Amino acid sequence: MKRGPAKKRRSHKESFIEKTLAFSAGLFVMVIAVITIFIFSKGLPVFLQVGWQDFIFDTDWRPTRGIFGIGAMVLGSIAVTVSAMVWAVPLGIATAVFMAEIAPGHIGRMLGSLVELLAGIPSVVYGFVGLLVVVPFIRQHLGGNGLSVLAGAIVLGVMILPTVINISRDAILAVPKEYAEGSLALGASHHQTIARVIIPAARSGIITAIVLGMGRAIGETMAVVMVTGNAPVAPNSILAPVRTMTSNIVLEMGYASGDHQGALFSTGMVLFVFIVALNLVVNRVAKAGGINGKK
Amino acid sequence: MEPKKMKMRSEGLAVFYQQYQALRGIDMNIAANRVTALIGPSGCGKSTFLRTLNRMNDLVEGTTIKGQVYLDEVPIYDKEVDVVGLRKRVGMVFQKPSVFPMSIYDNVAYGPRIHGIKNRSHLDEIVEKSLKAANLWDEMGSRLNSPANRMSGGQQQRLVIARVLAVDPEVILMDEPASALDPISTAKLEELISELKKNYTIVIVTHNMQQAARVSDYTGFFLSGALIEFNTTSELFVNPANRQTEDYITGRFG
Amino acid sequence: MAKNKWYDRMITAAFWSAGLFIVLILASIIAYIAVKGISAISLDFILQPPSRAGRAGGISTTIVSTVYLTLMSLLIAVPVGVGSAIYLQEYAHSQSRFGRLVNLIAETLAGIPSIVFGLFGFVFFVVFLDLGWSILSGSLTLAIMILPTITRTAQEAILAVAHEYRENSLALGASRWQTVSRVILPSALPGIVTGIILSIGRAVGETAAIILTAGSSLGMPIAPSDPARTMAVHLYLMAMEGISAERAFGTALLLVILIVIINYLANLSLKRFSQAVR
Ligand SMILES: Nc1ncnc2c1ncn2[C@@H]1O[C@H](COP(=O)(O)OP(=O)(O)OP(=O)(O)O)[C@@H](O)[C@H]1O
Ligand SMILES: [Mg+2]
Repeated sequence: MKRGPAKKRRSHKESFIEKTLAFSAGLFVMVIAVITIFIFSKGLPVFLQVGWQDFIFDTDWRPTRGIFGIGAMVLGSIAVTVSAMVWAVPLGIATAVFMAEIAPGHIGRMLGSLVELLAGIPSVVYGFVGLLVVVPFIRQHLGGNGLSVLAGAIVLGVMILPTVINISRDAILAVPKEYAEGSLALGASHHQTIARVIIPAARSGIITAIVLGMGRAIGETMAVVMVTGNAPVAPNSILAPVRTMTSNIVLEMGYASGDHQGALFSTGMVLFVFIVALNLVVNRVAKAGGINGKK
Repeated sequence: MEPKKMKMRSEGLAVFYQQYQALRGIDMNIAANRVTALIGPSGCGKSTFLRTLNRMNDLVEGTTIKGQVYLDEVPIYDKEVDVVGLRKRVGMVFQKPSVFPMSIYDNVAYGPRIHGIKNRSHLDEIVEKSLKAANLWDEMGSRLNSPANRMSGGQQQRLVIARVLAVDPEVILMDEPASALDPISTAKLEELISELKKNYTIVIVTHNMQQAARVSDYTGFFLSGALIEFNTTSELFVNPANRQTEDYITGRFG
Repeated sequence: MAKNKWYDRMITAAFWSAGLFIVLILASIIAYIAVKGISAISLDFILQPPSRAGRAGGISTTIVSTVYLTLMSLLIAVPVGVGSAIYLQEYAHSQSRFGRLVNLIAETLAGIPSIVFGLFGFVFFVVFLDLGWSILSGSLTLAIMILPTITRTAQEAILAVAHEYRENSLALGASRWQTVSRVILPSALPGIVTGIILSIGRAVGETAAIILTAGSSLGMPIAPSDPARTMAVHLYLMAMEGISAERAFGTALLLVILIVIINYLANLSLKRFSQAVR
């Protein structure tokens, strides 16, 4: 029997499936496009009308009178984020080093799943505990009414720990074992090796961890709104109440309309642009650094 | 040996991986119901050649293929050729036995099922026949539902062959099928190959000269992407025409 | 030399205390909520609807809303997420330009704050598509938010499936889709499930985006067009408005229990996956 290779069956089913799958991937492009279009179309008018400098830097926010300056909230976001990072980043990196290099395997893994759990606890729960534990503690021991930058920094710090820890740990684990062995073979101690060889080699991953932790902190809403008091004025002390950009949106969206609502969208737009830019930068850093800390 | 009916034929076959040329103008005739062995040093293009015979290289990104391969004198590198149908007729056994994470039965029935056979008793029949043909029935016939990845390496290699047989191909390509096997399993496999050639055309890549000499009817010697010499096995091993072939088969080659 | 040894020990001790501190933080949060919340939890608390804006009664409607929203968002996000993962890994290749673009978008989406999704969901689903504050608006918004996790984990799971399975199946004359559906997806399934479970965790805890898209009505949602208040939103409103601390603790404890269970399941399926892949 002599038969040649069969002619191609035009498999409708196969090509239909492929097109469906391609469509679902294409949805990503559509989603980001629609998000961008709608956030901008709602946020841009007030933003342009006020002028970007006034909008971002002016600390006068009186939405009912049509005065839209989010400067106080920008400062608020920066204050809370920076003070959260001040303690959470070093602790997070130390924990990552501990998990990857120092702890025995099973303890490292156990700690890993605890960190996953920490990441899984909802923002509101953090906010709730902050409101009932951290805020009264500050009120009693440090003064003020407790709803403050400090309370935000404590709660937010805990919340960014998982991001910082996980990404740094992955970056440290990705450092080839030969680097460490080479250093140890030269007579360096374990700690010297960690400080001089492993951490520098994992640098770009650790930077990614810090930047993404920062993004997480700036974007966090519910926990912050519950513990910082939300006064729309620039904070002058760590014990002063403060309102972040995200809080501003969630607090006022419920009743805002017209330009006021537009101004809240402008705030969201500023956040959106900032976070997307941050992510693109991280993407570059991670690529340039070789060791890709991001998974 | 009397002239044989040709099953496959390559003509001026050249393969490029991006810029790198892995094969240079290969012309080869593959006789029906015979075993053709491909030998040569590592990296000379044996696997590449084998994979062009059922268009597995189509799956490697950046591959360009020039020339033509014929199956029963019909070109397989034509636009309208149904690659899936071609692979059904030209089966392949890879170097590393890779069973699917399913039962032994499901592994063997995989091919028939995708080609539309649903009838259980028909499937049973095919599974039994294929396992028998692959010399695996006696060992495994009573354990068809156990997971395939618990079998020994030699058993897995024979299961992979049974899986190919179940599709009922005309040609079977084997890429170093014995490289992961112990001597006893290797002997069983060689025995199996000799039996299979009654019904199938077989092309086998091997690094083992003795193996090529034992199982094959024809042998092709590759070097740096070129087919240096092609002849009947007895002739090529006893009376190599080419100096490089001689160096290689006598082990004087790197 | 002796000095060096002490120095080394102190550094080691510092690292251990960092790890210990993390455990302490987690343990005290969970213990605090458990101790304060346990007395609030009863069968009635779970099965009774809230009354007087949450001052009395249970939280049954918020539990139903949470489950409803989560399931609906999975219904949307899982096919799209897994479908695009299959497309990128098996058809287009994740390293193609399109693949890289989609992955960059997924990464970007993963970083966007909930509140921005909330704003988008509000202006697009609630207002523009006129779906109102509803389960539907909420779950569409949530679906977009969990999409990156689902695609990324599904891509990793598919990538981890032995390359040989693919070649072997194709060499047997299977089509691409046959290979995907019969060999690759079954092997990658536990990994995909892990991603889905993690997304459930995110969906259950989400608040900011839900409040802006599903509303905060305490009624029992029946149709997808009904507004809803999830447990997380309920907890937020009760805490902010100082309504019934006891019920707030009960809700928080239930949320934490849910998250612990979800994480446990995710770990379990991850374990099964790494065994299956090996
Ligand atoms: N996907 C690929 N991309 C680029 N180059 C490749 C690819 N596959 C093979 N090559 C190159 O093509 C040449 C031939 O490879 P091939 O696998 O055919 O060799 P081989 O004769 O089978 O060797 P071995 O005996 O080691 O299996 C080698 O130099 C190899 O490096
Ligand atoms: Mg080879």
